[in-house]
Amino acid sequence: MSLHTLTIKELKAKLAAKEISSADIVRSLIQRIESVDGRIKGYLRVNAEDALRQAGQADLSKPLGGIPIAIKDNINARGELTTCGSRILENFHSPYDATVITKLKNAGAVLLGRTNMDEFAMGSSTEHSAFQKTANPWNTDCIPGGSSGGSAAVVAADEAIASLGSDTGGSIRQPAALCGCVGLKPTYGRVSRYGLVAFASSLDQIGPFSKTVEDSALLLNVIAGHDPMENTSRPVPVPDYSAGLGRSVKGLKIGIPKEYFIDGMNPEIEAAVRKAIDWFAGQGAEIVEISLPHTQAAIAVYYIIATAEASANLARFDGVRYGKRASDATDMISVYRKTRAQGFGSEVKRRIILGTYVLSSGYYDAYYNRAQKVRQLLRRDFTEAFKKCDLIFTPTSPIPAFKAGEKTQDPLQMYLADIFTIAVNLAEVCSVSIPCGFTSSRLPVGLQLIGPHFEEAKLLQAAHAYERSHDWFKQKAPL
Amino acid sequence: MNSPSLDVAYVAGLARMELTPQEEALFQTQLSHVLDYVQQLQQIDVSSVPDTPVDPTLPTNVLREDLLKDSLPVADALLNAPKKANNLIMMPKIVE
Repeated sequence: MSLHTLTIKELKAKLAAKEISSADIVRSLIQRIESVDGRIKGYLRVNAEDALRQAGQADLSKPLGGIPIAIKDNINARGELTTCGSRILENFHSPYDATVITKLKNAGAVLLGRTNMDEFAMGSSTEHSAFQKTANPWNTDCIPGGSSGGSAAVVAADEAIASLGSDTGGSIRQPAALCGCVGLKPTYGRVSRYGLVAFASSLDQIGPFSKTVEDSALLLNVIAGHDPMENTSRPVPVPDYSAGLGRSVKGLKIGIPKEYFIDGMNPEIEAAVRKAIDWFAGQGAEIVEISLPHTQAAIAVYYIIATAEASANLARFDGVRYGKRASDATDMISVYRKTRAQGFGSEVKRRIILGTYVLSSGYYDAYYNRAQKVRQLLRRDFTEAFKKCDLIFTPTSPIPAFKAGEKTQDPLQMYLADIFTIAVNLAEVCSVSIPCGFTSSRLPVGLQLIGPHFEEAKLLQAAHAYERSHDWFKQKAPL
Repeated sequence: MNSPSLDVAYVAGLARMELTPQEEALFQTQLSHVLDYVQQLQQIDVSSVPDTPVDPTLPTNVLREDLLKDSLPVADALLNAPKKANNLIMMPKIVE
């Protein structure tokens, strides 16, 4: 039986009926990984033996009992390597578990392996990993999106049942859209980032990738909640996200921001997204045109705030306490300078330079301070919009998966690939990307649903209603 | 504001990061484009936002309860140290 093709919900039913064991699922996945990951390169490491050991001990009565989950390589799990796709952390062994890992373990999940990513989550194509380039399962000449490209690709290629990623400017939703799976970025503060290697602390959020909306709800049930170890996580009660699924979308007010249907958008993407919106209208949802007037500024704001925060967060990688240290350094300063030169890849260096510059004396007000102010205007845009609608729908990405190498020479073009996802992080609201069709060349298209702060339940209900009437998620990449 | 005056070599010094001449030249060109792009923020009217923008809905000064508990064991803390001796991290000497 092809257990690797099933969803968490389907596997839970089979486990409960004692038709299969957790080890059967792990073995099915290992076999699948051995057969396709040579082409996909979604995993950095898979520990089959340890996964089988965990499977043997898994408490099947738990919410994720015996279900294998893949983890992006920037989330710490005690005793394992956590490389962040970087040479500087190539041999870094995590001394402790991230809170989401503790929660997964407590929920009975099996940690299957670690997925590839753009170095320190900086990128939109997973081409900036120091170790390997991940391919899109739908067309292996194309990129899977990024930065959580490995986590998206392994789910889309049935090499994982579900996975965790992190999203700072679209790093869950954009690869989910490009690979044709579900990717959820919870509200800032919904999921603890304790143990997530920090990129841009005012934007980073951990979230799930899955084959279905139902599975994302199950995963969010497990990973959400306040954590005393993470002071930006909020003590907002966690509802049962699965319980709310199955409701009708009749009467739901859906806002369509005019700024998101722009010239230059791929017409097949626009058509697929419009068709999905029409479906909601046909089910009795009310479609209202809204405006998010500062949309155009989002990328500029993001590349100032995110790089500024990254330049501060990545200052800790200096060769002193952990990670790589340059062997040819003879004094303190050259330890820092050479370690960082040898340890970081070029996108990370580029962003550290930009972030250091925008924070430097004489430029702080013009760049960083102004970006913070425009960020407040972006937040207000969403607050005002949500007075007129319950959810906002947009395309997740203006373009489908592009060819590997196409944008690596022009960072600005790469940055523009995140134009529809970035404002969500800046406004700290929640958002999910779900499959809503294919282009004529069979590349997946994603619909982005955006909800107000801590309204994940509403978001997942609407996404689930669409999923029940469409079979995009049942279509499999040709591998 | 006038066109940006980014000196990549100088900023790399601030960031304590050595760059090759090739990297310096490449970043100079690429980041100048990015800075030209972000100039658009200068055109946006931000007069309605206070000088120290703080989102009133977000909590500030979140503190944990001050409880005594075990910290990371020394061996774990030193697990990844590139060079260590006597439970300490070693660095090149600072004082002559």
